[in-house]
Amino acid sequence: MAKRSIVPFGPQHPVLPEPVHLDLVLEDEVVVDAVPSIGFVHRGLEKLVETKDFKEYVYIAERVCGICSFGHGLGYCQTIEHIMNVEVPPRGRYLRTIWMEMSRVHSHLLWLGLLADAMGFESLFMESWKLREKILDMFDATTGGRVIFSVNCIGGVLKDMDDTMLKNIVDTCNEMERELKPIADAFLRDYTTGSRLHGLGVLTPKDATLMGAVGPMLRASGVAYDARKLGYAAYDELDVEPITATDGDSYARCEVRIKEIGQSFSLIRQAVAQIPAGPIAVPVKGMPNGEYFTRIEQPRGEAIYYVKANGTKFIDRFRLRTPTTSNIPPMLNMLKGCQLADVPLLILTIDPCISCTER
Amino acid sequence: MKKLAKSPWMLHYDASSCNGCDIEVLACTTPKYDIERFGIINTGDPFQADILLITGGVNAQCESVVRQLYEQMPNPKVVVAVGICACTGGVFKDCYNIKGGIDTVIPVDVYVPGCAARPQAIIDGVVKALEILEEKRRNYKEEKKEER
Ligand code: SF4
Repeated sequence: MAKRSIVPFGPQHPVLPEPVHLDLVLEDEVVVDAVPSIGFVHRGLEKLVETKDFKEYVYIAERVCGICSFGHGLGYCQTIEHIMNVEVPPRGRYLRTIWMEMSRVHSHLLWLGLLADAMGFESLFMESWKLREKILDMFDATTGGRVIFSVNCIGGVLKDMDDTMLKNIVDTCNEMERELKPIADAFLRDYTTGSRLHGLGVLTPKDATLMGAVGPMLRASGVAYDARKLGYAAYDELDVEPITATDGDSYARCEVRIKEIGQSFSLIRQAVAQIPAGPIAVPVKGMPNGEYFTRIEQPRGEAIYYVKANGTKFIDRFRLRTPTTSNIPPMLNMLKGCQLADVPLLILTIDPCISCTER
Repeated sequence: MKKLAKSPWMLHYDASSCNGCDIEVLACTTPKYDIERFGIINTGDPFQADILLITGGVNAQCESVVRQLYEQMPNPKVVVAVGICACTGGVFKDCYNIKGGIDTVIPVDVYVPGCAARPQAIIDGVVKALEILEEKRRNYKEEKKEER
């Protein structure tokens, strides 16, 4: 048997974008085991719900994570709305859908950039992030914020978009779709990127389901599951089909995410075409009493929100299961048997968000 | 700011933030904001860094990491706290696990407010930090001269 050695990896490491710590057990160059230890970003946000007004807590929920900030606000608001039997007006639901899909585009482009960076493909990283700035500009124009924009409130949204703005969004999407093409080709057709991604970290459909993978990880293994099919916000009135790939390797995960950007553009176009006129929010009176679970599809996968309220303005318990939490077990499994040099790339292909995971 | 004596390299660390400011720090290095025009390179290695850009309110677990990173950086060095939660604890101030602000752990030279801090504000903070770095370097040289 070859000699075993343990390499500590993280929380700060030149090739690691997120503060996570792994103890990698190596046999020569091959990883045989990986032991994670977490807690570097744990803040204790769930506990804050006991001391903050439930309406005020929306802002905290949005700061669980700066990348999928809008989604966290949405999940929390939906849960409270269910408990309080609040019906969000159609225009509010459509606006939520549009912002949610814009968030997905921004998150996936961010991931593509980081992936290119992990491969050492600097110019591709710059290109992806340059394209991503367009979506951030749209956030800025519609809400006034770039990454955290706090437009969700219990009962609807806080800001409306007029027709020119909606048209602008569609124009930007069309333009971005054109500009995405060469970037997508560099990821999917280029020989060098292909050689890094093909066959790396294969996850079989059975393993993916058993270990609870979610989001693009699960869909890249060929399981057609997408929480948007549940039909929250305006998704029940739009045409959304889960995008899948069959190989289950890093290349498939990249492919799924790139196709999802296209899907988001299409959803935005559909939503803008169908958006009804009317109010964007309803006033909310009274205090929540009861408990409820909601699931929504974040860019990284399915997230679960649970709220137990007691009839006062302080909530008893808020619980959030984030996509990265469920993607870590499959990741540890994928790490076994890979080369040490592939570890950063492999960790990145699950699109880890440690801030969400540890809250 | 006149001219710089050398290209300052920056190190970025997430000391329990929400990632919002971290992606804005990274966005600063990309073509639209392009912090590299000041000669700044984003490095991952504390031993080569002059500027520490740090986000988040520091929790019990990462406190030692922050301290270690700071000590590993060669003198003279500057620290820029990015985002309101790095300045004071911000929205996380009341959390049981948050110490509240980077300056509870290491000395901070420039505070960049905002939640999330905008790239323009971050660049402004970095440029201020560069001036402080120059001054520190001058003082440092003089100290060395006196020692000799
Ligand atoms: S200042 Fe705000 S956006 Fe920045 S890391 Fe802290 S909570 Fe997130």
